[in-house]
Amino acid sequence: MRVTLKVWRQSGRKSGGKFVSYPVENANPDMSILECLDVLNEQLIERGEEPIAFEHDCREGICGSCGFMINGVAHGPLPATTVCQLTMRHFKDGETLTLEPWRAYAFPLIKDLVVDRRAFDRIIASGGYISVSTGSAPDGNAIPVAKEAADRSMDAAACIGCGACVAACPNASAALYTGAKIAHLGILPQGKPERDLRAVRMVTQMNAEGFGGCTNIGECTGVCPKEIPLEVIATMNRDYIRGSWRARDNVVTPIRPFTEWSTGSKLQNDPNG
Amino acid sequence: MELNARIPSGPIQEKWDKARFELKLVNPANKRRHSLIVVGSGLAGASAAATLGELGYHVKCFCFQDSPRRAHSIAAQGGINAAKNYQNDGDSVYRLFYDTVKGGDFRAREANVYRLAQISVQIIDQCVAQGVPFAREYGGTLTNRSFGGAQVSRTFYARGQTGQQLLLGAYQALERQVQAGTVDMYPRTEMLDLIVIDGKARGIITRNLVTGEIATHLADAVILGTGGYGNVFFLSTNAKGSNVTACWRAHKRGALFANPCFTQIHPTCIPVSGDYQSKLTLMSESLRNDGRIWVPLTKGDKRSPDQIPEAERDYYLERRYPSFGNLVPRDVASRNAKYVCDEGRGVGETGLGVYLDFTDSIKRLGRKTVEERYGNLFDMYQRITDEDPYRVPMRIYPAIHYTMGGLWVDYHLMSTIPGLFVIGEANFSDHGANRLGASALMQGLSDGYFVVPYTVGDYLATNKLPKISSDDPEIRNAVACVQQTIQKMLAINGRRTVDSFHRQLGKIVWDYCGMSRTGSGLENAIGQIRALRDEFWQDVKVVGSAQDLNQSLEKAQRVADFFELAELMCIDARERNESAGGHFREEYQTEEGEAQRDDENYSYVAAWAYRGYGNYPGLVKEPLEFEYVHPSQRSYK
Repeated sequence: MRVTLKVWRQSGRKSGGKFVSYPVENANPDMSILECLDVLNEQLIERGEEPIAFEHDCREGICGSCGFMINGVAHGPLPATTVCQLTMRHFKDGETLTLEPWRAYAFPLIKDLVVDRRAFDRIIASGGYISVSTGSAPDGNAIPVAKEAADRSMDAAACIGCGACVAACPNASAALYTGAKIAHLGILPQGKPERDLRAVRMVTQMNAEGFGGCTNIGECTGVCPKEIPLEVIATMNRDYIRGSWRARDNVVTPIRPFTEWSTGSKLQNDPNG
Repeated sequence: MELNARIPSGPIQEKWDKARFELKLVNPANKRRHSLIVVGSGLAGASAAATLGELGYHVKCFCFQDSPRRAHSIAAQGGINAAKNYQNDGDSVYRLFYDTVKGGDFRAREANVYRLAQISVQIIDQCVAQGVPFAREYGGTLTNRSFGGAQVSRTFYARGQTGQQLLLGAYQALERQVQAGTVDMYPRTEMLDLIVIDGKARGIITRNLVTGEIATHLADAVILGTGGYGNVFFLSTNAKGSNVTACWRAHKRGALFANPCFTQIHPTCIPVSGDYQSKLTLMSESLRNDGRIWVPLTKGDKRSPDQIPEAERDYYLERRYPSFGNLVPRDVASRNAKYVCDEGRGVGETGLGVYLDFTDSIKRLGRKTVEERYGNLFDMYQRITDEDPYRVPMRIYPAIHYTMGGLWVDYHLMSTIPGLFVIGEANFSDHGANRLGASALMQGLSDGYFVVPYTVGDYLATNKLPKISSDDPEIRNAVACVQQTIQKMLAINGRRTVDSFHRQLGKIVWDYCGMSRTGSGLENAIGQIRALRDEFWQDVKVVGSAQDLNQSLEKAQRVADFFELAELMCIDARERNESAGGHFREEYQTEEGEAQRDDENYSYVAAWAYRGYGNYPGLVKEPLEFEYVHPSQRSYK
């Protein structure tokens, strides 16, 4: 089959970008769109042009590396599918596909379709864990967990951290991502002791990163490759309000967001450096 | 050179306790004065970095991905073994140990395997406490499933995403230490050389993948948890970025590489569909619990599977191995799939596939139960192939999945370079010639959470580590070398892309050093690899600059190392004149076509020393002794 890929090309944050159209004559319905980009990149390199930079790793829909907008939809038209598993059979012969990077203030562009998602790591660092150091755990069966709770927790824990929720949201909100971690840990008995402070810390960090607020539009869950339910945002809000009251004596300082990559500037901006 | 594995004396049950008592400790107040480098952030790397941070060391952790959570451990589906005996079906530490040594076809070190089985129990406790949502019974207790190569039910799982959940547990523990200030995380940073001073590992040279900056990082010890080298085959179930570069550069600095020819072919992957294919997708081995594997009885039978009556199907694993049936270990299942396809009975367009059929399970258990157990895997299969596995049997074929070989380590997980520790898939230690299912996660976490944090302490406490400066001429020289190699690659400006070389290399290795090997084939492969490598260095085309994100340049560096590794794999496979586990030499098989070991001559670990570019490597042997599990012909009949 034949398709045209209209791709956002931008060599770096400080330079301007533009769309460039590339015809791909030898696309195959069974290949993924990333393999279609591979084929195009091979042709570009042979012509001496720079290949299109895009993020990818496992190519089985679980690492969360890949993702871009296809015709304005995060991860493209197929529900519950990352771009690495989106095969070309879902597009029409002769179709033009517009590929753009995630667009959000908190995800600065690095190159072409690649963005910086370290804000997500900082949200986890701010409190997205259970504080249990290695060696101090009781027997695995010492804490019974109702099957229903384990299942609901797993539904939220399935998040792959790809950032599609942020890219799809008109406010570029990270509520679904943050809510998923708060729900995953808060539902389990092991996560209860830190439930209040965890929610306060993670929401504070999310706001410090410059993600927008949630206005219950629901695009996030619509594009989520793991179908994280919208309910996790309600869980986040409830835990945040509860935590703001019960953990009010704790001073919460967010980690300072940094966007530079060079080692020198990282150390300068790194609050731990 | 003599290899000292530093295995503690005494009964196997007491070795680890004895070792832990004898390991020297670092005073808590002194720990923060020691800096450590961890390369890789998968199960092994992340768990080690987090635990060392908790202990109070100053840790720098590096990964080439944009976040430590992307490491390929995340893709493990099936589960993690532990000798908990929660199912009361007769499991024990000793049985897990026995199964692993036997499953590895008697080419693993007994003491390491026993320790792994002991620690398995603690791993589950730790992960539960971290909030890993393992599958539960209605009463709230943990549930288990059975897995290939075992007759007890000891595998813990979180749907089909066990690796993801365990890695997120380790990642969250790691991020907690980042927040606490004990760990500095360096994402998008690739290790390109090891710094060795006065014979000890003292740091690494890295490239920042966004800015291209080459930097040196110094430390008192270096820990590599950089995974396996399955991508030497180009098509594998590994992530596209998985590579051998960190290990290979350490090898070139003096770390011996052990058993490189022990690679694992996984029996249940989605077959190749075209020449654009970039990777192979694994379907969890757990599918073999409820799926039945078959091919048509007659050659060239092109009828659709529902048109082939029961009597004209060959459930070849159930027929040949009545007691283990579809649950035989991976190497056995893979080889048998190859045999039936070689006979011309393979299915699908290419003839390289066998059926994995769930019709009977759906009848027996109901669709809902099957959906609960494997729903996400079935969805994934359908997304890729456009076929509904609830109605049409899946088509599967073996693919390279895991590498048992890796850098040689002693009982302390230290390589032949003092101060360089190697953990997880990157080392060679626990799986012998074949790894059993649900054991990789176990080993990664065992090494990272519970072994290396103690043994590194002992190294720091017993070695003098004078302060060094990054102005050291040896370091400046190494940095210059790294920069020159990059410039050289960019300057070649030939005609062929990196991927086209990698694909061709992978085909050679798959054809001659894959599921079955012969002495003459390996000889042939070595010649082909050398010729292609020379061509690579003359005709590769890498566009772009060294000062920004350049994915072709990253790939070129990794493929250059795969060329050298591929040759070593073939040399190792040719040198080992026996069949063992995943290493199947056609010349050495039993009358029934099973792997024929030669314990008299090959009961050793083959550790290879680098002797310069293009030179024949030096072989050092570590003899293996089996005091507890006596080598026998593996039988799963």
